[in-house]
Amino acid sequence: MKFPLSRNKDFWAGVMLIAIGAGALFIARDYRFGSALRMGPGFFPTILSVILIAFGVCITAVSLRSGEKIKGNLSLRAFLLLPLSLLLFGVLMDLAGFIPALAVLVFVSAASGKEFKATEVLLLTTVLTAASVALFIWGLGLPYPLIKGF
Amino acid sequence: MELFNNLVFGFGVALSLQNLLYCLIGCLVGTLIGVLPGIGPMATIAMLLPLTYNVPPVAAMIMLAGIYYGAMYGGSTTSILVNLPGETASVITCIDGYQMAKQGRAGAALAIAAGGSFFAGTVCTLIVAMFGPPLANMALQFGSPEYFSLMLMGLVTAAVLAQGDMLKSLAMVVLGLLLGIVGSDVDSGIKRFCFGVFELADGIGFVIIAVGVFAVGEIISNLSDPEERVVFTSNVGSLYPTRQDLKQSVTPILRGTVLGAFLGILPGTTPSIATFASYMIEKKVAKDPSRFGHGAIEGVAAPEAANNADAQCKFIPMLTLGIPASGTMALMLGALMIHGITPGPGVMTSKPDLFWGMIASMWVGNLMLVILNLPLIGMWVSLLKVPYRLLFPAIMVFSAIGIYSTNNASFDVYLAALFGVLGIAWRMFGCSPVPMLLGFVLGPMMEENLRRALQVSNGDPSVFVTRPISLAFIVVSVLILVVMMLPAVKKRRGDIAG
Repeated sequence: MKFPLSRNKDFWAGVMLIAIGAGALFIARDYRFGSALRMGPGFFPTILSVILIAFGVCITAVSLRSGEKIKGNLSLRAFLLLPLSLLLFGVLMDLAGFIPALAVLVFVSAASGKEFKATEVLLLTTVLTAASVALFIWGLGLPYPLIKGF
Repeated sequence: MELFNNLVFGFGVALSLQNLLYCLIGCLVGTLIGVLPGIGPMATIAMLLPLTYNVPPVAAMIMLAGIYYGAMYGGSTTSILVNLPGETASVITCIDGYQMAKQGRAGAALAIAAGGSFFAGTVCTLIVAMFGPPLANMALQFGSPEYFSLMLMGLVTAAVLAQGDMLKSLAMVVLGLLLGIVGSDVDSGIKRFCFGVFELADGIGFVIIAVGVFAVGEIISNLSDPEERVVFTSNVGSLYPTRQDLKQSVTPILRGTVLGAFLGILPGTTPSIATFASYMIEKKVAKDPSRFGHGAIEGVAAPEAANNADAQCKFIPMLTLGIPASGTMALMLGALMIHGITPGPGVMTSKPDLFWGMIASMWVGNLMLVILNLPLIGMWVSLLKVPYRLLFPAIMVFSAIGIYSTNNASFDVYLAALFGVLGIAWRMFGCSPVPMLLGFVLGPMMEENLRRALQVSNGDPSVFVTRPISLAFIVVSVLILVVMMLPAVKKRRGDIAG
């Protein structure tokens, strides 16, 4: 094995599948299994979880012999900022209204790219927010408060 | 003639002002995203799904379908002119198409690509019209065991023929099935896997997974592996192919159409596979294979016909049987369900305007695309100059508003963020998310059919193999699995599927 286990993508795939399968199995143990004739709510999930764990074990086993390295890069910045921008959007829609939520969404998303020019991003934020208000609030009539408490 | 009447009816539906408008929008948006690298049909359809809530289902489906095959047309434009595949399937067209452009024959290449695609589109519209009804009629006789086995076969085939490691794809299908179970159990009413979260009582929203994994996840992926974009436009030249070009293109277009149609019906294949296979075949049967890679028009004509044929014939299993043959078809299925239509053989009889209207509008769409693509080429290429960093925040805006507007729930947006993260993790571990989406869409229906099948047979699981049609589906599933595991086939699959 030329590279450590932690860089073995098949290993991680297998581990992830085992973890999810085990988790699902654990949760599903509370659901009545039932019988073939009268399938309970736990029947299908339990069987699926077991199959998933089985796949996970196979994949992990194979990975120990012939796994592939994790390919490609990951922009940590994008990985963290893009989901964060969505989270902020959700929070702000409840707290502050449409315009602040959108502005923060655009700003934080744009910040996740490698090329970040502050003026350009501010301009983009303004344009996109204005266009969205026009399209979604006025055009499509979505009933969201533009700025809460105003 | 029944077929004629149905088609006339279909055109009546497709040519209504509203449906024409939505078809045009779909084709325009489709061409746009086909031209722009970094955003593909899946992300776009996922993103625009919420916008179709208030639109009648026929118009919505027409638009979404237009986006799908429109992207095939758009992708070839940039492949030929700028050596940039706007669409994964267009990579092959770059090879000979761009060479032709460098030789000053870009116009001919574009015309043949559009013409070949249009021919394939017309033929496939007829194929769908001819084979759709008999297929749907046959499926109307299916019982729960047959449906279960059919879905199983569809999922297994999709996992096996799809990109990436076969074992992982099968596992992702199971994962998708589990995700589909989240929510209230129809039978007993108890909430499964809901973690006490109120918003999950109806299950994970389809749009949430679609947008999270395929739009947001795609953006993260693109930002991580940025492509170098050199925008150098070659001279388009005359749009008219020479007689020699036409003569050389006829049989390749025919071959491409047949191959694409066949692959289109198979679950799991993508237009990429169709173009790749078509190119390989053309190279093999050509009298002078050395011309390939240096501007052989067959290398443009056949793959373009193949990818359009594949894209259109992918609709057959979805419209007639309710089985999604690809990730994009799973999105279409999701769109139908959101509009309250249960896909399956019943759709043909219960909503004939949807069925025949969609078929007719596919042809109308192809016609629009040929007209749109050729004269507006300059405009499409100039759009390439829009930098990605301006584009993706717009995608985020559409995605966020779309998800939020489904239930006016912030929770949905948080969940989508989670799926964006998961989507990237899956990609990094080499697990393709498309089989997961297919499993997710079919999960609840599979369980329902399993339950009914076992009830009808009094708990006897052999019902799946004693009924002939069900047995046939199961045998095919097993056969495909076995065949794909044979070392010789495994290697070939690895070459094509990556």
